[in-house]
Parts: sequence; C-alpha cells; structure tokens
Amino acid sequence: MRDVYVAGIGITTFTRLEFPLSEIAAYASMMALKDAGVTEVDQLYVANMGAARVNHQTALASAVADSLSLLPAGAAAIENGPASGAAAIKAGFQAVASGMDDVVLVTGVERMREVNNLEATDFVATLTHPLTEYIYGVTLPAHAAMFARLYMEKYGVTERHLAMVGVKNQNAALNNEWAHLQQEITIEGILDSPEAMTNNPFVAEPLRFFDACPVSDGGAALILVSKEKAQELGGPMIRISGVGQATDTHAVFEREEPTDLLAVRKAAKDAFDMAGLTPDDVDVAELHDAFTILEIAESEEVGFFPKGEGHIALEKGETALGGRIPINVGGGLKGRGHPVGATGVAQAWEIVTQLRGDGGKRQVDGAKVGFTCNFGGFGNNVVCLTFVRED
Amino acid sequence: MSVDLEKILRPVDSPMKPYEPKYMMLASGEAVVVRQVFRDEIPDLLKHVEPLLHVERDYYDVVAARVYAELLGYYQHRFQDQYVLALQVNGELAAIVNGRQVTPKLGLSLHTLALRRGLRIGAHGFAAKMQYHIDDLGHDEVLVVAESPIGFRRWMIEYKLEKRFDVPHELGGVPSWALTRELFDRVRSKLVVGRRPVPADILEKAMEKILPPSDPPTPPADPLAATRAMYDATATALVQQRWEMEKGAQDA
Repeated sequence: MRDVYVAGIGITTFTRLEFPLSEIAAYASMMALKDAGVTEVDQLYVANMGAARVNHQTALASAVADSLSLLPAGAAAIENGPASGAAAIKAGFQAVASGMDDVVLVTGVERMREVNNLEATDFVATLTHPLTEYIYGVTLPAHAAMFARLYMEKYGVTERHLAMVGVKNQNAALNNEWAHLQQEITIEGILDSPEAMTNNPFVAEPLRFFDACPVSDGGAALILVSKEKAQELGGPMIRISGVGQATDTHAVFEREEPTDLLAVRKAAKDAFDMAGLTPDDVDVAELHDAFTILEIAESEEVGFFPKGEGHIALEKGETALGGRIPINVGGGLKGRGHPVGATGVAQAWEIVTQLRGDGGKRQVDGAKVGFTCNFGGFGNNVVCLTFVRED
Repeated sequence: MSVDLEKILRPVDSPMKPYEPKYMMLASGEAVVVRQVFRDEIPDLLKHVEPLLHVERDYYDVVAARVYAELLGYYQHRFQDQYVLALQVNGELAAIVNGRQVTPKLGLSLHTLALRRGLRIGAHGFAAKMQYHIDDLGHDEVLVVAESPIGFRRWMIEYKLEKRFDVPHELGGVPSWALTRELFDRVRSKLVVGRRPVPADILEKAMEKILPPSDPPTPPADPLAATRAMYDATATALVQQRWEMEKGAQDA
C-alpha cells in the first residue's frame, strides 16, 4: 500500500450561501487545486448527504467535474450521512494507496439552507431507523438529548459542562474566518444570568440552543496524492497515516449500553493501530460536536480520557487551546458550522492547516500529529483519521 | 390677521408615561440598556440609520428608510404620539425600536431595527416596547406588521399574534396583526426579560453618548444574497402549519 499525502486544501465560508450546490463545491475545490498547484486529477469524490432531497440535484460529482473542467477524470458522489466527508477521504485514500490513482480531489459540500429549518431537520432525521425511530418523530436533537440525559445520570455531566463546550468552541470560531458563528458567548450570558433562559432556551431538554451546531451551507476540499507526487509538488508533507471506520446498530435502542459509542471506539482504535500511534501522541483533534455532549463522549471513546472523565478534563482546560489535547480549536461543528456532507472534509482541512502551522491565532504550537472523528448517524457509522506531518 | 401655520402643522402629543430604563444580559455576557430617546438625541440616531438605507439584505433598506422618516418626523414635530427606545451595549447603538399611541387603549408598533445581529437584541427590543405598550401605557392591544421574514418569524410566530386583517396598518396599509394583553401575558415569562433599576455606571455610559455600532449590517457580498432574503421558507412553513392546526381545531 502506498503512502497518501494531502497536497492541497480549500474551503468556503460556512454560512447561508446564495450559490448553487455545485458552485459551492467548485469554489472549495478550486482553492484546493490552486493550493496544491495541480490542474488535473485522476479521480474526484464528492461527499454530500442531501443534494437529491434538499437541492433536487443528483449525479453531483459529474456536475462538479464538468464545472471545474476536470474532464475526463473519474467522478463519484459518496453519501454516508454526516460521515460522508471522511468516507470520501477514505475512498480517495484507497484510490491513491492502491496505486490506481495519483491525484484525487475530495470535496465535501452541502446546501441545507435552501429549505426551511423544519425540512432541514426532517432531512437529517431520515438517517434514523425508519420503522423504530423516524416514524415516531425522533430527530437528531431528540437523540442527542436522550443521550445527554443518560450521560448526565451515569457520569455526572451537568448542563454547565455542556455550556462549557459550547462556549469553548463558539469562541474558538472567532479565530477562524471561515466559521459560521462569529459571536462571542459567555457562561454567564447563556447559563447563569436571569436572562439566560431567554437567550438560550431548551431545544430538546437538557440541550439548549447553544448546545447545537448551526444549520450551515458550505464546502471543503482536499487534494490527495502519492508520495512521489507530493515531493514533486514540493509543499508540506502531511500524510494520512491512519484510517478507521466502524458501524453500530442502526436503531440506538438496540445497543446494549446506549452511552457507549462502540463505532467511535473501534474506528479510532483502527486508525491509531494503522498509524502506529496512540491517543497520547495526538497534538490536535477535531471531534464531531454536532451537539456539545458528543464532544465529551467522543473524547472518551477515542481514548483521550477514561470513560466518564471527559467532562473532568474539560473542566481542567485540557481540551482548550493550550491544553493537553486541544479539541476543535477552529470552532468545531458548533462554531464553524455543520454542512453535513462537508464536515468530515472540513475537519481534515483544519487538521492540515494546523500541521502546516497556518492556524494563526488558533494554532497549536508544534502540532505534528492530528486526529479527526466524523460521526455519522447517531454513532452508527464513524470514520476516524490520523494525520502526521513529516519534516 | 396673521395665522401661525406651525400651530396647525405641529401635532399636539398626548401625555405618555416615560419609559423607565432597564437592562439585560446578552448571551455574550454584555449588558444591553433599553432607554427612551427624546428629540435632542434623534440626530445621533439618524446618522447611524442612514448607512442601512443601502443594505439590500433582509429588508434593511426598506426598514431603515421608514425608520429614518419616522425619526425625522418625530424630531421635526410631524409625527404624533411617537416614542423611541434605543438599545445600547457599552454606549454603542445596538437597536432602535419605536411605536406610537393611537388611542389611550390602542398602541401601534412601528419598527424594530437591529444594528447588531445574533444576540436576540432585536427580539429583546421588541419585547421591551410591547411591555411598554401593555404595562406602562395601558394599551389593550398593539397593532403590528412585519416587513421582513425575520420580523415575521419573531413577532407573528413567536408571539402567536392574532389577525386584525380588517385594520390597515399605518405602515404601507397592509393588514394588521395584534398583540393582545392576553397573548402578551402568555409569553411574558419566556420572552420578556430585563432588570431595573439600571446600575448607575451602565446607565451613565449609555446616556453619555450614542456611539456608532461597531459591527453594523453590511450589504451582501453578492447580489444573489439580496434576492435570497426575499423568501423565508421557514416562516412560511411555520405559519402554514399553525393555520392548518387552527383550521383542524375549528373543524373538530
């Protein structure tokens, strides 16, 4: 198997974007192509969850290939729920590692705000089990709320811990010019003040407004290349050193212990094993904080902290910039936004930015090893990646 | 015999209880002060409203133009029984809300113009003026319209306003909606916040000078953004859902 490197990265602002889906994808892709210094690719994978349902567009990869004049490159779209982005990176990794392709463009894109919020919530809820969850009105905020309640009862996580994640990540986004949310928040303003319940009402108890990521449009892209190509291009040598993917039961109620995210645990272990790394080696991580509780739970399942102690590490500041293992320093999904198909690629974009030393105010000093966890379904399809800077 | 035309042109304002300032904490942890602004400070507001006439986003242009005219009308004594409240954060202008008294029992909401977005500042301002109408001025109901989908979502949907479609609103002659005392009492605990008295240092900062907003709304980067804002699918869906529920209840 050949080594695979990230030679180029690109991203759009995550916000409400007023452009057609394929143009958003093309913009991020153009930035990545330019960043890598390539004009042709052998293959492109476009990660997206809702084009057919939300934007009434199918065969998205073909549209992106043509709009970028990348013909006759191979092109395919990958739909894997909110883990579409990292699943597309895995496909690109396999294409280069196998020797089939030398240069692969991976683009993640979503335009969720073309429809109203009710439809957007419903669209995301279609990833739930159709017969045991969806028909009863279960949405992702509802899933996360039930998960959070169990977690609070079992491990002592409080609303304050959830708010601390929200404040940490939303304020981190202030240092990321591409992030959706550019508004500072404080614990006092969203939890302690007499006005907090109005500023930050319950969305699905115990989760409040500021515990959830925003609904965003946006795109992100990577150029994956072989080692020879990376050396030829001459940029920083950022290698994808580990890839892990795992699944869990579709219906959450079928899990023996609903607070255990077994797919996260296995995907992370597989990625670390493949890379020959341990969680202690990671300098900077991107975890899938679509809801604040998920950052705490994932930080334990991937091995950064013992089970049930993620919130304690949070209290100690270990997950903040400057802490032992900085998590979501670019805002995470909470602050950067969560255009579902783009998120896994955007996580990789942030890690590569960090390993290049281009993080600006949010830069983790001396970052050499990065980690991403892209969480699909409600934990039923998870892709984890490790990245290493080779000097 | 000479006639002082100004006496004919200038309306005589009805006595209205002044608004007692209050403050509340935003999600950002900053305190926002809501206070009444009188004629002497209107020129300070006008210069901050004027740039928004050119912001073709979320109907800022239309709302700013009308607010500008209302403020100018108030300043030059060409508007009857209008009041103006300003919301300030560290002295910076964050929002302007205004309205007027139609009769001693009927109020009319004019505009809510947020100069800083994302912290419910406009929503807090609207709640403050509704509280002024119902609690301080003793109005039984307030006539409301929205010019933007965001306003529609905030007022008509959040407050579940009643239709008064047989009453043309003074803003554009469009059908009115109404906030009744009963409706206001239903949302009071959820949407209406604020503390009194305002600490002296915070109030002093607000009274000292109306500073320009540091992050005002700006024109969209692309003309497509302006057209997008003309249709708010969520507001449409929500109100349609509510009407269907109401119809279902009536049919039942």
